[in-house]
Amino acid sequence: MEQYLIYNTLSYPILTVLVTVPLFGAIITLAIRGDRNLKIWGLLVTLLTAVLSLPLYSSFDLTTAKYQFAEFSTWIPFVNIDYVLGVDGISVLLVLLTTLVMPLCILCSWTYIKERFKEFICVLLLMEAAMIGVFVSLNTVLFFIFWEAMLVPMYLIIAVWGGPRKDYASIKFFLYTLIGSIFLFVAIIALYVTTGTFFIPELMTHHYSFSYQMWIFWAFTLAFAIKIPMWPLHTWLPAAHVEAPTAGSVILASILLKMGGYGFLRFCLPMAPGATAYCMPYLIAVSIISIIFGGYLALGQNDIKRLIAYSSVGHMGFVTLGIFLLNDAGIKGAILQMINHGITTGALFICVGIIYERTHSREISDNSALGIMMPIYVTFLVIFSLSSLAFPGTNSFVGEFLVLMSSFSKYKIVGGLAVIGAILAAAYMLRLVQKMVWADSDGHIHHGEKSHLSDLNFRETATLAFLAIFVFWIGLHPAPFLKVMDASTAHLLQQLESGMNVLPAGHGEPHALLNGVGESIKHLLALK
Amino acid sequence: MALYLPELTLLLMALVFFFASLGNLKESRLRSLGLLLSAIAVTASVYSYGFKGSLFFEAYRVDAFSQVFKVIITFGLFIVIYLGDGLYGVDDTLRPEYYLFLTISAFGLVSMSSAVELITIIISLEISSFALFIIIPFRKQGAYREQMEAGIKYALFGVTASGITLYGMSYIFGMTHTTYLADLMKIIPGVILKKPLMLIGLVMLLSGFFYKLALFPMHFWAPDVYEGAANETTSFVATLPKVAAVALLIRLISLAGADASQFTWVMMIFAVLSMTFGNLSALVQTDLKRLLAYSSIAHAGYLMIGLLCASELGYLSGIYYVAGYLFMNLACFFVIYHLAPQGRNISFDDLKGLYKRSPLMALTLAVGAFGLAGIPPTIGFTGKLFIFTAAIKKDMYALVILAVINTGIAIFYYLKMVRAAYTSVDDEVSPLNLRVSTSVLGIFLIVIIILLGTFPQGFIDFAKEAVAAVI
Repeated sequence: MEQYLIYNTLSYPILTVLVTVPLFGAIITLAIRGDRNLKIWGLLVTLLTAVLSLPLYSSFDLTTAKYQFAEFSTWIPFVNIDYVLGVDGISVLLVLLTTLVMPLCILCSWTYIKERFKEFICVLLLMEAAMIGVFVSLNTVLFFIFWEAMLVPMYLIIAVWGGPRKDYASIKFFLYTLIGSIFLFVAIIALYVTTGTFFIPELMTHHYSFSYQMWIFWAFTLAFAIKIPMWPLHTWLPAAHVEAPTAGSVILASILLKMGGYGFLRFCLPMAPGATAYCMPYLIAVSIISIIFGGYLALGQNDIKRLIAYSSVGHMGFVTLGIFLLNDAGIKGAILQMINHGITTGALFICVGIIYERTHSREISDNSALGIMMPIYVTFLVIFSLSSLAFPGTNSFVGEFLVLMSSFSKYKIVGGLAVIGAILAAAYMLRLVQKMVWADSDGHIHHGEKSHLSDLNFRETATLAFLAIFVFWIGLHPAPFLKVMDASTAHLLQQLESGMNVLPAGHGEPHALLNGVGESIKHLLALK
Repeated sequence: MALYLPELTLLLMALVFFFASLGNLKESRLRSLGLLLSAIAVTASVYSYGFKGSLFFEAYRVDAFSQVFKVIITFGLFIVIYLGDGLYGVDDTLRPEYYLFLTISAFGLVSMSSAVELITIIISLEISSFALFIIIPFRKQGAYREQMEAGIKYALFGVTASGITLYGMSYIFGMTHTTYLADLMKIIPGVILKKPLMLIGLVMLLSGFFYKLALFPMHFWAPDVYEGAANETTSFVATLPKVAAVALLIRLISLAGADASQFTWVMMIFAVLSMTFGNLSALVQTDLKRLLAYSSIAHAGYLMIGLLCASELGYLSGIYYVAGYLFMNLACFFVIYHLAPQGRNISFDDLKGLYKRSPLMALTLAVGAFGLAGIPPTIGFTGKLFIFTAAIKKDMYALVILAVINTGIAIFYYLKMVRAAYTSVDDEVSPLNLRVSTSVLGIFLIVIIILLGTFPQGFIDFAKEAVAAVI
């Protein structure tokens, strides 16, 4: 174990605490009465978790690719399942993103949620525990348990507090994600039977035959491609986003989608490097389709939430593109892009929630010309929109730039196609901003239906301002964030290098067929 | 005497209820009596855990294996009696008899787990079945007299299954000249690959237990019987006989030896058809009991995967899974029973707004249904993890993939149940006022489904000892 883990030296078992504080918080919630007390309790628990998670950043050892703050204890010895937690440069930022976004989810639900407050806070906290659990688990079974445990609270968030078509959206979300993960489950068991361990770092060190790698690669990829989501498995996302309450949308966009990208980096690349190298052209092609398709569909939307949902498909396309370029800048760009998307799109969903509370509509046409009535609101809206289209100086620029740079350096056509996606992003975001802020306004407030709109209050301003800080911090000074990833990305690439050379030799006809398709896609993309 | 203690306490219980049926006791008295006596039976089973020995000329073996099952069965009986608070569904005049035959059936099941000789097996099987034939029509008179149909169906199918079992036994006896499992175990593995008749005999012998387990192709009775019997009777029929069936299936499958490939193939086909048929049919059900019947057919398929691995891990996971299945199903039936104070059947419409009427009931149903669906951290998930691990260890990848696809299909209808319970209704709903003792059972079921799922090691240690006694 010691060769993979650096045991926790802080005064408290930080990762266990991060999982259990929200969990126990959720249980205690059931005993609290009064909406106001519940809100305050939820905020306290999430803030406490956030504060407790800060040492992950300050005490993080930048020089090692080992798993830090690790904890280990045996759990089910009879099948060799242990309770192992740890974070490395890939997961630590995602954990921090989770803990920092959750208090905002409580804040943005402060007045949005009208009924069943107790249950709402309870499922939100359960959700937080499960999400942190996914990022810190170093045991495949533990990972899977947290992965599936997220489903039920998220389902309830959509099904109970959702919009008019919540039934349809929630069941679609549930079934899609679940069907993706059942193959993940088989892959986990198959890996255990082959190697005798569920311990993730050890699974990475084994070398598997090529066809075995192909099987587990696709089992993993199906699950993660649904979660992230990649075209053509994205159809659950717009439905879920549109119907979910604000906090649900924020969790979905900021954290849940990241699990797909995290899964690719944690499982597919290091455990099946040969298959990854082999399947790279297909996944790059699908990523490009996601980028352009997402952007193109976003152009045609009239519902603000739906527009942002489709933009997510495009943004996550950049993430998968970065991951499967399989080089340093691409992977770092992808991780940073995940964080950026979490901040920016989360903020945009909060913006939508704020305006929905005031006008009870998410149609762009019902929410036009707000600039004169709500100056603070539109300031934030413009900041986050610019960030979403990767305007220089904002956070997304850095991530998208890294991905584009590495795709140009590797395959020019891929880079060229991805740029189309970036242009589309500018088109749909600017269209949104233009309509919502200015539209046909003549610069005066008329006594009409919208004159009652009030600008942001302190709570809303604080929520958005907190995220805006990160927009500029990462945009102007991304080095501290990129440094965190250095060692782990290098280690990951090294694992890839050493495993990539498993030649696809000795496999049967179906692979040869795939090979032909792969070659022609490579030709199409003018790959080397 | 001490070896036979659990059975004796159950016989005593039956005797007490026999005399009670002569008198005129109130329902609440009867129930307290049942609770007390079944609690004694549980205690006796726990007390006799660790005893070893054999009775009746080696035909009846008491070992760690049988005792684990006795504990599970008597405990299940206790919960079923606890659950049926008020016996809403059973005809008023037949209440003492209901308890009497419930006990006798449990006695038969307990005997099944100890029986190691073919005649003893068939006698215990019949004792448990006949008692159930009688109590299924005990339901209060409904509009359609569907309980009569259910009773007849259960009896006819049961008798046919027993007939097939006996016929199979005659083959086996004819070829081996013995009825003792211990002797059969020495002979069968040598001949099963050479003599197809032995294979046929063994499969026919198993039919009786497929019937109890509701495994394809002996599953036809399940939906109608579940639907026709009273809710509290169904909660017994749906759970305990399966536990005993698993006990005997483990004993009988291990007869075939570890590498009887044809035999394994037959079992595999049954398992796959059972899962697929059960899940696909469950998708379109509107009556919850019918739905659970089809779901139980599907679960029989999953269970079979564990058992047909014929390995230590396979048997272990089978025992673990069936215990989990007992609790998860009881959780669902607990909700069904308490939702229908007149003892009628429950459909999806009756679940609407359950969340508002009683949050605890809705949560119990959710935990039970998600457990059956195999979502962590419940016992259903851990059980599936063990079963699939056992199967992949035997290189049965195709079987596992078919099983997980089935799990995926199954999620849909379990989710439908939960969704119905959490759907809000527009008009005001009457709250369900649960007694404290009822709430306690709900909380207990939730806790045990999650706890046993998260920390299975303790249970596994017991089961391991049990399995060691058979293989």
